Amino acid sequence: MKTGAKVLIEGLLRQGTKTIFGYPGGVVLPIYDVLYDSPLEHILVRHEQAAAHAADGYARASGRVGVCLATSGPGACNLVTGIATAYMDSIPIVALTGQVPTSLLGNDAFQESDIHGITMPITKHNYLVSRAEDLPQVIAEAFYIASTGRPGPVLIDLPKDVSTGEVPEGIEFPTSVSLRGYQPTVKGHPRQIERAVDLMKRAQRPLLYAGGGVILSGADQELLALAERLGAPVTTTLMGLGAIRGDHPLNLGMLGMHGTAYANYAVTECDLLVAIGARFDDRVTGRIETFAPNAQVIHIDIDPAEIGKNKPVDVPIVGDVRQVLAQILARLPPRGSRTGPWLERVEHWRKTHPLVIRDDDLLHPQYVVRTLSELLDGDGVVVSEVGQNQMWTAQHFCFTKPRSWITSGGLGTMGYGLPASMGACVARPGEQVFLVAGDGSLQMNIQEFGTIAQYRIPVKVVVLNNGFLGMVRQWQELFYEHRYSYTELPQVDFVGIARAYGIDGMVVEERREVRDALRTAIAHEGPFIVDVRVVREENVFPMVPAGAAINEMIGSRQ
Amino acid sequence: MKRHTLSVLVENRAGVLSRVTGLFSRRGFNIESLAVGTSEEEGTSRITLVVFGDDREVEQVIKQLNKLIDVIKVSDLTDRERVERELALIKVAAEPGGVRAEVMQIATIFRSQIIDVGPKTVTLEVTGDSDKIDALQRLLAVYGIRELYRTGRIAVLRGQKTVMSEK
Repeated sequence: MKTGAKVLIEGLLRQGTKTIFGYPGGVVLPIYDVLYDSPLEHILVRHEQAAAHAADGYARASGRVGVCLATSGPGACNLVTGIATAYMDSIPIVALTGQVPTSLLGNDAFQESDIHGITMPITKHNYLVSRAEDLPQVIAEAFYIASTGRPGPVLIDLPKDVSTGEVPEGIEFPTSVSLRGYQPTVKGHPRQIERAVDLMKRAQRPLLYAGGGVILSGADQELLALAERLGAPVTTTLMGLGAIRGDHPLNLGMLGMHGTAYANYAVTECDLLVAIGARFDDRVTGRIETFAPNAQVIHIDIDPAEIGKNKPVDVPIVGDVRQVLAQILARLPPRGSRTGPWLERVEHWRKTHPLVIRDDDLLHPQYVVRTLSELLDGDGVVVSEVGQNQMWTAQHFCFTKPRSWITSGGLGTMGYGLPASMGACVARPGEQVFLVAGDGSLQMNIQEFGTIAQYRIPVKVVVLNNGFLGMVRQWQELFYEHRYSYTELPQVDFVGIARAYGIDGMVVEERREVRDALRTAIAHEGPFIVDVRVVREENVFPMVPAGAAINEMIGSRQ
Repeated sequence: MKRHTLSVLVENRAGVLSRVTGLFSRRGFNIESLAVGTSEEEGTSRITLVVFGDDREVEQVIKQLNKLIDVIKVSDLTDRERVERELALIKVAAEPGGVRAEVMQIATIFRSQIIDVGPKTVTLEVTGDSDKIDALQRLLAVYGIRELYRTGRIAVLRGQKTVMSEK
C-alpha cells in the first residue's frame, strides 16, 4: 500500500512536472514528507501568493503547466489573487491546496476555508478530492483541463485524510482523459474559413489584431505569414506582444488605452479587422461603439463565449488560432500589392505620431526601457509589474519572440512581477530574466527577495523608482486636478533591502549612468537590482481617457 | 428583456449547482425558478432554470454554462414548442362548516387534490403551467394561505424531439 500523498507526487512527475512552488503547513505535512526525498524540485517561497505567481510565470515562460502548493485556510486563501491572475490571462497552472480532514469539513476547523467554493469563479475547474483512490484520475484531468482548449488554472483541494489514505501499490494512472462535458473545438468550420478568406481577398485596408491567444497556441509563424500575404499591418494587445517582431515593418505595436497613435488610427480606419486570439477588452476598445467603425470583423478564438461578447462579429471562427490560421493560409492565394496605399497611410501616421521621449538630460523611465531593449537585443525574458512601469515597457521594449514578455494583463495584479520572474528564471535557466518594476508594486511582494537569495535565482530587477503609485498619480493629475490623494511613497533604500537578503545592487541617479548599470546587471552572475531614480511625474502617453473612442488620445501629437 | 427557460444536463457531482447558479449571480441575474432532479441517464441531473434577461445577456450566460466542465448540454427552450409544468402544495385556512366547502369547490375546478385536512386547514396539491398555479394562488389568498410550496418549472419539448437529439 502507499499513501495518497505519494500518489499525488507520482502523478505530478508523470505529468512531467519538474518544479513546484510552495509553502508548508499543518495539513500538507504528509505531502511535504513525500517531497523530502522526491526528485521533484520544490522552491520555498515567502508567501503563498508568490507561489501562485511563480507557477504562472513558469507557465508563461515555458508553455508548460505551472504547479503551486499551499496549506489549508490562510495558505489556500493567499493563492487566490494568483489564481485569479492566471484565470484572467488564460494561463495553465495547477494549484494544490491542503484541506482539513473530510470528517471536519464544514466544521470551522482550525485553518479551514472553503477554497473549493472560493475559487469556483476564478478557476477553469476545481476539485475537492474525497478519496485517495480518485487521485490518479483527478490529477490527469486537472493537467488536461489546464493545458488544453482555452488554458486556465485548475485547483485540487486535498483533505488531510486523502493524503494519508492508503491505496494499492499498483494503482493505475490514466494515460488519456476524455470528458463528456469538455470537448474544445480546435479546427475552424470550413464554411466560416471560406467566408473569412473571401473578406480577406476583397479588403482594401485590412488590419490584424493579435492577442495572447497567438502566444498560447504558438501561432506566431502563421500570424506573420498571414500579415505578409495580405499586406496587412499587425497590432497586438498587451498579451500579444512578441507575437510578431517589434521591429517588423508591418508591426504597429500595441493598441488601446496606451497603444500607439498609429495603431489606434489604423483600427479606426481599417475596412477589415481580423481579431486573432484577442477578446475586445475594454482597455483595448475604449468606447466599444466607435471601435473599428468602418470594418467588417473576423474573430478567431478557441473560446466560443468570447465571440460576439463585446463586439458584433461578421465572421465568427471557433478554433485553435494556429490551426485556423493554417486553414486560412491554405486557401488564401498570394496577392499583389493592393494594400499599398493603406500601408502608406499607416506609415504616414507612424512618422507623424511616434512614441516620444523628451530629449533632455533628465532620467526618463522610457529611456531606461529603451536602453535595456537595446542591450538585451532580443534575448531573454522581460517581466513587468503593473502600472506605469508595465505600460512603458510594453511601449518601448522591442520584443522579438513569443514568451519573451510576461505581465499581468487582465487582472492587473501589482506584486505579480517579482514572483513571476522567479518562475520565468526557473523555466528558462541560462537566459537573462529582467523584471521592470515600479517602487509601489515591487513592495507588494518584496519578501520574495528571500526566495531569490536562497536559491540564487538570477532575476535582474530594474526599479523605475519615482516615489509614486505612478499610474494612479497620473489619473489624479489628469482627471482629479492634481489632487495626489495617498499616492506618494516615501523613498526606500531598495538596494539596502536587497543587500540585507544577500542580493547585490546599485542606485542610478543620472541618465548617463543607466547604460553601464544595466550592463553590470546583465553581466552579474546571480540576482541583481538596479534602483533607478527616474523623473517623478512622467506620464504614460498617448492615453485614451476612460470612455473615449480610441482615436481620441491625449498626449499624442495631433 | 424576456423570460428564458433553460434546460441544463449536468454531471451529478458535488458543487455543480453552485457552479451553474454562480454564473447567473455574478451578472446580477435573479433566477425566477429552479428545478433539479435526476435525468433519464444515470449519473446525470437535469436543471431547469427560468431567468429574466435580455437575449444577448442570456446568450452569454448559455455560452458560459457550456464552458463548465460538468455541464453536458444546455438547451434554450424559450421559443420552442414545449410543455411546462410546475407543482404546488398550498395550505389554506378553511374551518369546517365555514369556507371549507368553497375551498374544496375551487380545488375541484382546478383539478387539484386535497392531500391533507387539519382542524382549521386543508392542503391542496396542484400541477399545471405557472399561470394556472398563479390563478389558484390568487383565488385562495382570499381565504388565507398559511404556507405555499412551489417546485419551480420543468419543461419538455413537444413531439418526438428531445433536447439530447438536437445539435
